[in-house]
Amino acid sequence: MSAIRIETLKKSFGKFCALDGLSLTVEDGTVFGFLGPNGAGKTTTLRILTGLAHADSGSAWVDGLEVGKSPEIPARIGYLPEEPAFYPWMTGIETLETMGQIHRIEKAERRRRVDEMLEMAGLTEAGKRRVGGYSRGMRQRLGLAQALIHRPQVLLLDEPASALDPAGRKDVLGMIEGMRGQCTVFMSTHILADVARICDTVAIIDRGKLVANARREDLIARYAIPMLALEADDGDRLNQLAVEVRRLGWARAVVVEGKRLTVTVNDLAAAQRELLGRAVNAGLVVTHYEQVKPSLEDVFLRIVENGKESRQL
Amino acid sequence: MMTALTKEWLEQRRTHRLLIVCLILLLFGLLSPLLAKFTPEIIKMVPGGEQLSLIIPPPTVVDAVAQYLKNLTQFGLLLAVLMGMGMVSQEKDKGTAAMVLAKPLSRTAFILAKAAAMGASFLIGTALAAGAGYYYTLLLFEALPFGGWLALNGLLLVYFGVYATLTLLASTLNRSMLGSGVTAVGFIIVLALVEMIPAAGKLLTGGLLAWAGNLALGSGKSPAWGALWVCLGLIAAALTASVLVFQRQEI
Repeated sequence: MSAIRIETLKKSFGKFCALDGLSLTVEDGTVFGFLGPNGAGKTTTLRILTGLAHADSGSAWVDGLEVGKSPEIPARIGYLPEEPAFYPWMTGIETLETMGQIHRIEKAERRRRVDEMLEMAGLTEAGKRRVGGYSRGMRQRLGLAQALIHRPQVLLLDEPASALDPAGRKDVLGMIEGMRGQCTVFMSTHILADVARICDTVAIIDRGKLVANARREDLIARYAIPMLALEADDGDRLNQLAVEVRRLGWARAVVVEGKRLTVTVNDLAAAQRELLGRAVNAGLVVTHYEQVKPSLEDVFLRIVENGKESRQL
Repeated sequence: MMTALTKEWLEQRRTHRLLIVCLILLLFGLLSPLLAKFTPEIIKMVPGGEQLSLIIPPPTVVDAVAQYLKNLTQFGLLLAVLMGMGMVSQEKDKGTAAMVLAKPLSRTAFILAKAAAMGASFLIGTALAAGAGYYYTLLLFEALPFGGWLALNGLLLVYFGVYATLTLLASTLNRSMLGSGVTAVGFIIVLALVEMIPAAGKLLTGGLLAWAGNLALGSGKSPAWGALWVCLGLIAAALTASVLVFQRQEI
């Protein structure tokens, strides 16, 4: 069964179209990265899934239940908004206690879960302090703890680490990674490194439309453009080689940075056959040669840039 | 509902809303008979005030009750607006509403718990004011009929309820404190304008307060059951509207 299923979801704010027929499926048990540039419709999608916002048209299902029609959905999801807001006059313990009470967790179990969540979030000592005095990172970790207090089947996270410093990001991503196998994680973000680190499936959304959806490695294999990189001893000769390579049919783009030449290629086999030989013939002493492994960032930029180009056309 | 109510009640205490309501209502409950008693003396102390004091009749228990009603209605209304205008709008604006409403907490419970917590604060504040007002009126004037005094304070609570729930509705309709405040003041102005129509005025808070004053003085004249039912109806309507609006809103 799919943990989340979205079918032709549309949502507009005045003239701005936030979601333009978005369709998407998230398999049970995956850590799903929902990628997109700012304003792509990620938060709107999450808010519709939580029931906080209503779609203009289309349908969505969470854990098999239709959003807007089943009152059971809130009990099955855990939600962390982009900027989790808490009652500043409550302590961390009271916050988790209250959230546990809302989920109708029995008292003894609730106390145990509060302690567990505080420990997981590294807030055991700060638990008795009022949340108003917490740092951004602490609030984010408390946000994750409150989303997990009732062991949800589906965890919805909106930019969970975007506003955190490197240490805070590491903590929060570690906590999310720890959820693998325990629930389905649906995480929206525009930080590619976070997705590359913890997500096994990725969807890319742009201007309210799904533009790619696959397992991370499949996505990279499908969309990444092969690149070859070569480092040599002589920058001037490398520039001459670049001029020569640009004329060849298999070269798509050639960049020289100091003593490093990077070639984006149309035909990898032809490039692999010719590039090294041409460098040697040009009198260069090659110190390093590799096929660059494309990153998720390359894929993302390519897809989003392609979208922009096609819109301009 | 109980969880929401527990949270709201804790909020009333932690954010000092309960303390503020209690202190202000207690203060004016206590000061009202004192002001009624000593106003002529105060006027005498003002230069040229002696002449004026000659034409002021000696204060009576009627003045104490009138002063009590005047002070408590003015400050109670102010408190209802100030305490209520951020109750929902601020939670929407700051994002705390989204945090709790993404959980299995109904929007109806969210609104009703707020109304109940505010009602409880006003109940305690009014009880303190009633005790202080009764005691000082007894000391400075004479004993008021206890049942009538209770009835006055009960009707005062209904009066506070009208403005508190209208402010709650204003807060539900808006996303900012300012917008809520402006809308609440708008509701109050509309209500005041309607009260200026004599036939309608008798059926609104003005009629309620006139009846309250009579009851406190032991007079059963001009009972305003119509005003009581209309005011209770206004409270119910404002609460229902708040719930219905909030259920359809995007948070």
